[in-house]
Amino acid sequence: MSKMHVKLKVNGQEVEGLAEPRTLLIHFLRENLRITGPHIGCETSHCGACTVDMNGKSVKSCTVFVAQANGADVTTVEGLVNADGSLGVIQEMFREHHGLQCGFCTPGMITRAHRLLQENPSPTEEEVRFGMAGNLCRCTGYQNIVKAILASADLLKGQKEAAE
Amino acid sequence: MKDEVTSKDRAAGLKGMGTSRKRVEDVRFTQGKGNYVDDIKLDGMLFGDFVRSPYAHAKVVNIDTSAAMKVPGVLAVLTAKELAPLGLHWMPTLAGDKQMVLADGKVLFQGQEVAFVVATDRYAAADGVEAVEVDYEELPVVVDPFKAMEPDAPVLREDLAGKMEGAHGPRKHHNHIFTWEAGEKDATEKVLSGADVVAEEMVYYHRTHPCPLETCGCVASMDKVTGKLTLYGTFQAPHAIRTVVALISGIAEHNIRVISPDIGGGFGNKVGAYSGYVCSVVASIVTGKPVKWVEDRMDNLMSTAFARDYWMQGKIAATKDGKITGLWCHTTADHGGFDACADPTKFPAGFMNICTGSYDIPTAYLAVDGVYTNKAPGGVAYRCSFRVTEAAYFIERMIEVLAIKLNMDAAELRRINFIRKDQFPYNSALGWEYDSGDYHTAWDKALKAVGYDALRAEQAQRIADFKAGKTRKLMGIGLTHFTEIVGAGPVKNCDILGLGMFDSCEIRIHPTGSAIARLGTISQGQGHATTFAQIIASEIGLPADDITLEEGDTDTAPYGLGTYGSRSTPVAGAATAMAARKIRAKAQMIAAYLLEVHDDDLEWDVDRFVVKGDATRFKTMKELAFAAYNKAIPGLEPGLEAVSYYDPPNMTYPFGAYICVMDIDVDTGEHDVRQFYALDDCGTRINPMIIEGQVHGGCTEGYAIAMGQEIAYDEMGNHKTATLMDFFLPTAWETPTYTTDFTVTPSPHHPIGAKGVGESPNVGSVPCFSNAVHDAFRHFGLVQSHMPHDHWRIWKIAEDLGLHAE
Amino acid sequence: MIPAGFEYHRPADIRSAISILQEHGDAARVIAGGHSLIPMMKLRMTDIGHLVDLQAIGELKGVEVGAEKVTLGAMTTQAELIGNAALGAKIPLLREAALQIADPQVRYVGTVGGNVANGDPGNDMPGLMQCLDATYTLVGPDGTRDVAARDFYEAAYFTARGDEEILTRITIPVPAMKGYAYEKQKRKIGDYATAAAAVLVGGGKASVAMTNLSDTPIWSEAAGAALAKGDVEGCVAAAMGAIAPSEDMRGPIAFKKHVAEVILRRAIAKAQERAK
Repeated sequence: MSKMHVKLKVNGQEVEGLAEPRTLLIHFLRENLRITGPHIGCETSHCGACTVDMNGKSVKSCTVFVAQANGADVTTVEGLVNADGSLGVIQEMFREHHGLQCGFCTPGMITRAHRLLQENPSPTEEEVRFGMAGNLCRCTGYQNIVKAILASADLLKGQKEAAE
Repeated sequence: MKDEVTSKDRAAGLKGMGTSRKRVEDVRFTQGKGNYVDDIKLDGMLFGDFVRSPYAHAKVVNIDTSAAMKVPGVLAVLTAKELAPLGLHWMPTLAGDKQMVLADGKVLFQGQEVAFVVATDRYAAADGVEAVEVDYEELPVVVDPFKAMEPDAPVLREDLAGKMEGAHGPRKHHNHIFTWEAGEKDATEKVLSGADVVAEEMVYYHRTHPCPLETCGCVASMDKVTGKLTLYGTFQAPHAIRTVVALISGIAEHNIRVISPDIGGGFGNKVGAYSGYVCSVVASIVTGKPVKWVEDRMDNLMSTAFARDYWMQGKIAATKDGKITGLWCHTTADHGGFDACADPTKFPAGFMNICTGSYDIPTAYLAVDGVYTNKAPGGVAYRCSFRVTEAAYFIERMIEVLAIKLNMDAAELRRINFIRKDQFPYNSALGWEYDSGDYHTAWDKALKAVGYDALRAEQAQRIADFKAGKTRKLMGIGLTHFTEIVGAGPVKNCDILGLGMFDSCEIRIHPTGSAIARLGTISQGQGHATTFAQIIASEIGLPADDITLEEGDTDTAPYGLGTYGSRSTPVAGAATAMAARKIRAKAQMIAAYLLEVHDDDLEWDVDRFVVKGDATRFKTMKELAFAAYNKAIPGLEPGLEAVSYYDPPNMTYPFGAYICVMDIDVDTGEHDVRQFYALDDCGTRINPMIIEGQVHGGCTEGYAIAMGQEIAYDEMGNHKTATLMDFFLPTAWETPTYTTDFTVTPSPHHPIGAKGVGESPNVGSVPCFSNAVHDAFRHFGLVQSHMPHDHWRIWKIAEDLGLHAE
Repeated sequence: MIPAGFEYHRPADIRSAISILQEHGDAARVIAGGHSLIPMMKLRMTDIGHLVDLQAIGELKGVEVGAEKVTLGAMTTQAELIGNAALGAKIPLLREAALQIADPQVRYVGTVGGNVANGDPGNDMPGLMQCLDATYTLVGPDGTRDVAARDFYEAAYFTARGDEEILTRITIPVPAMKGYAYEKQKRKIGDYATAAAAVLVGGGKASVAMTNLSDTPIWSEAAGAALAKGDVEGCVAAAMGAIAPSEDMRGPIAFKKHVAEVILRRAIAKAQERAK
């Protein structure tokens, strides 16, 4: 099958490459670009381990062909660290509140939480649980993930207020 | 007084045991810098994928690989024919059976590995898989273990024809694997026949699957120049895998390096040896290139190790005032097409004989029959010690069934039968010596915390309201008091493939006072790099932040049996403390030399040796570390390191009291867990934050198992739950919120008194959720209903009890 | 789970898309969000030589909220539908239902057009559109035609859409009925319905549809007529007479029928309450 030329912006960098159209975005990120933060958990769009931010939306990159993503602006968990290399707020809060164990779902969780808090900076616990329901975790029982996201919301609000 | 405060401050700075130290792993994981097996990419690496059987039982008449070999990118297709000359078409299982690596003339379950396609990448491999043509001739299918034992049942394992002596004693039928017994049969039957009350019930713990979010996989890389095989993989027991690979491949063990990188959850699924590992190794040898194999989710749910599937027929005898006098259990265990359970060799039914639970039951008998069926092999301990969750579910259901028979409150029935604190160490009727426990204290604390009496009053009101037509929701109060048996185990009775189940730790102190420790275990999310450093910090007084932990590389780590069955803390944790104590002992001699006193004139104070009676004269551990490399001390070797191989004298017996309050909609079968209280006693607590996280996670797995998760087959042996649409993993939305609590009853034989906790919440929560469902319907006549309690099955309970009638 | 290879097309307008479909016949399929199609392709249950991505076609986008009717471009995502306040005010039933579809990530990419056009009995939008008496606009080589949602579904995955047609817009008359409800029972977020019911009621009118209880969505004219008169029992009886659920992992037929009735009654009660 012939390959096509694809061009994307990933974590702020323009990237391009050759790929079969059927190549799933998750495989293009992981195999071609070696961005291995997003993981493959279920392959049927249920688990959310492959979640990336694409054009401002949380998407499951196991269910997007790279051909569809051609031209898109993609952010992965790697792109959520601060400019100085330190952990971003949500990443730090996941660590602070023990929101991860094996770490496999974590990149998808954090990337999804990032978008959730962009859209709803002051979520209730119920809204966090509903907004995170596209991401499965087998280790934590979610309780500390929810705690970490609520704490992130508080911190991010504080940062925003301080900046204003 | 001032000194005491200083000691405390210094201790706090170490972040040792008892501290909710933040996890060191998380800095990598939160920014996507984990290193899981599918993240590994070696130069020239190929990818292998399986052709799998669409049938549950069939002859393999012909395999035509010619079209597959023409698919662009496909380099090789392995079948049993290619593996047979190497003797690798079958492999030994951990349970003393053997298992086909690739279908050898027939298949025994849907999804069984038939051929292995090796290609340049996973896309080409998948194309190759589709192009392999296999002719099957269907055979009659047996999915019911009771039907499998009927005289005229189809023969599943022709390879065992005439072999009436199995790995665990005589076989009594062509589909029978073993019978395993514990306790006193005659004495128990005598108690049953003379008892005031006997309750009898079949308790089924359905087939399920550990389903870690990361599937199983490996990368095999045979270096033809050095003759060295490196095998990366999702191995919960990397050292044992190295030995197994050596034994079955003929490659010398020193030429094999097994590496478990970061593992995305294991829960027992990653203990066993799978066809993918063998085929990847062979493919790497054949092609001369590294070969990766990573399952997809359907492969994982259909072919790698399942859990449970125990049919437990029980009888429990008691006096009329509720004192239990005897327990009888006969279990039919569905092992699938091959016996690939992962249990210690002498325990083909694991530690099912912990099924007397937390109760002082004087007489008991257990028999387990293992049976072959046309289902996937496995039978692993899914977040529990070997078969302990089955045992806990059995006894906690039998207690409820007995309470119904006696018309007693189930909390009170438990209380009057608990093993008393003064009875420990307690010898159970089925052969275990419980190390320590204080069940009454835990139970009373739990009942008080939830306001048990008020809950029962509320429930009585709810029943009245229901009967009056004011509500369609019932309320269930689920109770569980469980006792786990973990930390396998003493080498005298615990081994896997002849390898004693000790574990190990090696600690090296660097000259500047930091350290590296290596263990025979492997974390899969438990946070070993954080907690084991805390043990060392407390033992030798170096800050946990200055101690690196390494596991999973068999070239560097000391030999150990790995992480499963909550054995890391009880066994490797003990080894860690013992190795640390060896270091401290040597440091004491160095300190004595430097301070010019006798060893006995020194006392240990947090991070230093102090001359007794003179607090101004001391040497800190950091100073002693440097001295070990810097001073020529008569009679002492330079350096400061130690290794400990720890053979535990006994198992540890964590316990807990769990209570669940659930509302149930009788019309739709939906439920709402409105309260879940989990009290765990895991002995000494190393990191409370991590313990709490383990409890949350284990309870959530238990919630899934009890309320919907199952591996289901139809009568043709077709797998019905092979995706995460149908295999229930709850989201944050469905998952309950938990309240955690604890008591501390240290293990008397463990160096730091710790017992292990990772699996307790799975063991305890499943019966707790299930008992809540049963309890909701108890007052309408329900005695026993099988899990999973998904919507339709709960609806069916209500339907059968006539609760939907106008 | 690796899909077979295909040629990828990203036409910029409907005409080009249709000509690709014409050129390749059966071998071509359109893709919108892809969350139904891609899993099928990964399981190699469907053979597609040419994949026609509709994302660049501007004509398929946009939501118009008028006084009498609402028009949804087929490529409107569930998330856009949920986030459109004017739409939510006009036809709150749409938002209520869309929030119960799949999960957040899937709603960002899953489109209304894909949901209604695929013909999957598990999808929520077909029943909903029947309840709302929506009309689908199909554009093909021979021009444009409108098909009522109530006439669109023939069997599971079989619809009135021709192979060379593309569903471009959905037109929904703003319901006169003020009472609405979408009730859905499912095993977990991300699951299809065990049973779901869409109800509109008020001003002497009513409309009732049900999801995943037959191989097509069920809109029962008789059920609506009964409910319009306030005859709840007649409505339920008519709807129950129209469904034909099949057994799956969600449960046996008797259970589904029972739950369907319970869910429908709940939807009716909620809609009637809101109609007040």
